[in-house]
Amino acid sequence: MKRRWNASLWVGFLVMLAAAFSYIPIFARIPATRDFPWVNLTLFATGAALIGLGLTRAFRRPDAYRGKVAAVVLAALGAGVLGFFLVGTFHFARQLPQSAGAPRVGQKAPEFSLLDAGGNPVALSSLLSSSVGGRQTRAILLIFYRGFW
Amino acid sequence: MRSFQERLAEFDARGLRLAAISVDSPAINREYVRKEGYTFAFLSDPAAQVIRRYDVLHPGAGPEGQQVARPGEFLIDSTGTVRWVNLTESVLVRARPGQVLQVFDDLVRAPLGANR
Repeated sequence: MKRRWNASLWVGFLVMLAAAFSYIPIFARIPATRDFPWVNLTLFATGAALIGLGLTRAFRRPDAYRGKVAAVVLAALGAGVLGFFLVGTFHFARQLPQSAGAPRVGQKAPEFSLLDAGGNPVALSSLLSSSVGGRQTRAILLIFYRGFW
Repeated sequence: MRSFQERLAEFDARGLRLAAISVDSPAINREYVRKEGYTFAFLSDPAAQVIRRYDVLHPGAGPEGQQVARPGEFLIDSTGTVRWVNLTESVLVRARPGQVLQVFDDLVRAPLGANR
């Protein structure tokens, strides 16, 4: 009897790859899926279940399904991809400085003057005393970001 | 940044101004702002002097080991007083526009000082 191709192994592995590499370009951009990567973890669980099914088929029913070697290799690679993702999102992304000396609520914000995109100097105090969209400025949100170099 | 630009009218209506600060030069900011169509202020702090004064420096975190700013947001009222600070523990987690608008509305509604 011709043994069948063990498709769930390969589909499972592709799902795990998609789980790992869809977070930064897609799900980290959507507010609902960014802070905690639940969509990606769900994809990982789905991929792992498919690989598990493939493993079971390859070893329990070797007469009907192929893929013993592929099952072991893909299961190991899948675990590696999951590990890489977990370390990246839960460890490296959280290696941020303490910022213990940052201005606190109730304190005066340190004054500054920086160049805007047009090369003109802009001071915090002048931003606060000018108008925005035709209205007097009531507050300002400073957004510090990593930049694009 | 894009999500803030998309809701900029809501910020303008409240008199709530936005200013983004990074180590990027005005030339890089000009290119970026033009490409993305941003209309709020992008300020350059190449020597990270202001970034350091606000203690949001992340040394060596740039792709070539440059010093950059870690993500962080400060809401400052018209008297120059800090009213809200957002410093998350992950680079992937940043303030959302809706969250900031809510914080601002709550601050306006609350009697001065009651929220501290």
